[in-house]
Amino acid sequence: MADNNNTLLDIKDLRTYFYTDAGVVKAVDGVSFDLKKGETLGIVGETGSGKSITALTILGLIAIPPGKIVSGYIDFDGQDLLKLKQKQLQKYRGNRISMIFQDPMTSLNPVFTIGNQLMEAILAHQKITKKQAYDKALELLDMVGMPDIRKRMKSYPHEFSGGMRQRAMIAMAIANSPSILIADEPTTALDVTIQAQILELVEELKNKTDSSVILITHDLGVIAKYAERVLVMYAGKPVEFANVNDIFYKPYHPYTMGLIGSVSKLNEEKKERLKPIKGTPPSLIDLPEGCTFAPRCRFALDSCRLSYPPNIEIEHGHFVSCFRSKEFYSGSLSRL
Amino acid sequence: MPEKDTLLLEVRNLKKYFNLRSGFFYSKSSSSVKAVDDISFFIKKGETFGLVGESGCGKSTTARLILRLIKPTSGIINYKGSDLVRLKNSQMLKYRKEIQIIFQDPYASLSPRMTIGDIVNEPLEIHKVGNKNSRLKRIKEYLKTVGLNPEHINRYPHEFSGGQRQRVGIARALVLQPELIICDEPVSALDVSVQAQILNLMLDLQNEFNLTYLFIAHDLSVVKYVSNRIGVMYLGKIVEVAPSEELYVNPLHPYTMGLLSAIPIPDPELERKRQRIILPGDVPSPINPPSGCRFHPRCPNAQDICSKEEPVLKNYNKDGKEHLAACFFAGKPI
Repeated sequence: MADNNNTLLDIKDLRTYFYTDAGVVKAVDGVSFDLKKGETLGIVGETGSGKSITALTILGLIAIPPGKIVSGYIDFDGQDLLKLKQKQLQKYRGNRISMIFQDPMTSLNPVFTIGNQLMEAILAHQKITKKQAYDKALELLDMVGMPDIRKRMKSYPHEFSGGMRQRAMIAMAIANSPSILIADEPTTALDVTIQAQILELVEELKNKTDSSVILITHDLGVIAKYAERVLVMYAGKPVEFANVNDIFYKPYHPYTMGLIGSVSKLNEEKKERLKPIKGTPPSLIDLPEGCTFAPRCRFALDSCRLSYPPNIEIEHGHFVSCFRSKEFYSGSLSRL
Repeated sequence: MPEKDTLLLEVRNLKKYFNLRSGFFYSKSSSSVKAVDDISFFIKKGETFGLVGESGCGKSTTARLILRLIKPTSGIINYKGSDLVRLKNSQMLKYRKEIQIIFQDPYASLSPRMTIGDIVNEPLEIHKVGNKNSRLKRIKEYLKTVGLNPEHINRYPHEFSGGQRQRVGIARALVLQPELIICDEPVSALDVSVQAQILNLMLDLQNEFNLTYLFIAHDLSVVKYVSNRIGVMYLGKIVEVAPSEELYVNPLHPYTMGLLSAIPIPDPELERKRQRIILPGDVPSPINPPSGCRFHPRCPNAQDICSKEEPVLKNYNKDGKEHLAACFFAGKPI
């Protein structure tokens, strides 16, 4: 269990594998992190890095089989969520831990009204009357900035715009005042100006309800703006974990450096050439030997291809899995 | 005149309305989607003109109009002195060779049943370039140019990653040695680390082959990285045009200001200090766009006149340079 009282969620050595005909997919392979009360933790990584599977594992939404949780624990309030039966887990899911999915189009049920779906979420966890649930639903829609709430209660998802649908999803997610809100790419399907509205809303609700947010995204800008601490994932493994400033200004993993070098900054006056990472992310079925990032790494040594680097705490609260991180730390190896 | 200043493409008062029909039997067109509504811009030879806007603003329709994949409702598309709108299909063929496109989705835009060699060969075959041997040589050469292994010529698209597929798409566009390449969201389907590879490749190719790009994307930071000049679209209209640096430093249209402000910059210290403008509301439907200035319902600066009259695109730069905006209160901070 976590030693700090402030810790809400403590995950250690989580491994979620999928056993397919083509081989074993190590979607999440040794992820550890903790989430503090009231913080926003960002998980960043590219397609297939295991960010979403991590979230789904926390919520117990992995299909078993083909999935299997091979090791680890997820400690929430002194309870290991992995030890719970589905029925017991339902008391947590959507109640104390809830999730906003990426695509509001497919995660709402098209044949029920928004009001109906909202009330269902409320009544699943709260022992109140339908009338009270209805009032509560109205209140929630109001909270997420929905206009015309009485009319909207009777509307179906297709009558909403993408942004409004995502607001409805958020209303559902906060219906039972969860302690943890997991937002999995909540704005990827939305336009830029709507994205800003939705992320501000999540931030505002987090502060209002004093909950914690796990924000999963591939957008480093969103991470820079909203996250306090950041977990960087690559090919199912956590490669770096630190507070947001350290991730951006003092990264110790070449993948983190590469990600930051790959994005164009709007504010840059002189056009600096982007520094992409060479190659492409590996297939999870056929991972390279040793450090999975080594084939794409500018700093890789022959020894990097022999074994996977251990996760070390290089500075207080700054974790990294790279054989050469100590050289970056001492300054004997330049990041440039 | 230096070559850089030669006009390559000029679009004037281009409109595309899609008719909507209502009723089953006695269908009559009742209303229309004004996907592109009277836009004008030009592209100089060798430059990159970026077109940025949110979904439904008409940027992809503009791309398809220039390629004449769809017919405009009205307007002029002047390419090297010929109006593409009025050309016969047979006359158009010559220009199709010079104007190529790279599509957004590298999964959907490559036929899964053709090898990448066949894919890159197809434009050569259609335009009857060279013989079989010279084509093969050329295909291999271009596969190499875009960073693919020419020996993979007989492989199928599914054997490649997204970034590599996009390279195939680029080779296909490049193989006819075009002048103008329309890039319709070429990197938005790709992972961040791969996006940068493709963007750098496109910049290198532009230098090497003196290409002109019309670069369409919704991501303003990507557009700014590649473009010399940028046009901002909103609901079928161009609301601002300026050199890319100027657009960022000194946006004149409130929509541009909102758009710039909405994009978080990957720099935590800077983000904490930054004041953000959050534009309220949704993008309205282009079927029934708001009266007057189409942006007025979301605009913090809107006055009475904005809902009554439509602002025209005017130059606001006093030194005779280009900075166009369509706003009655252009430059007013929000």
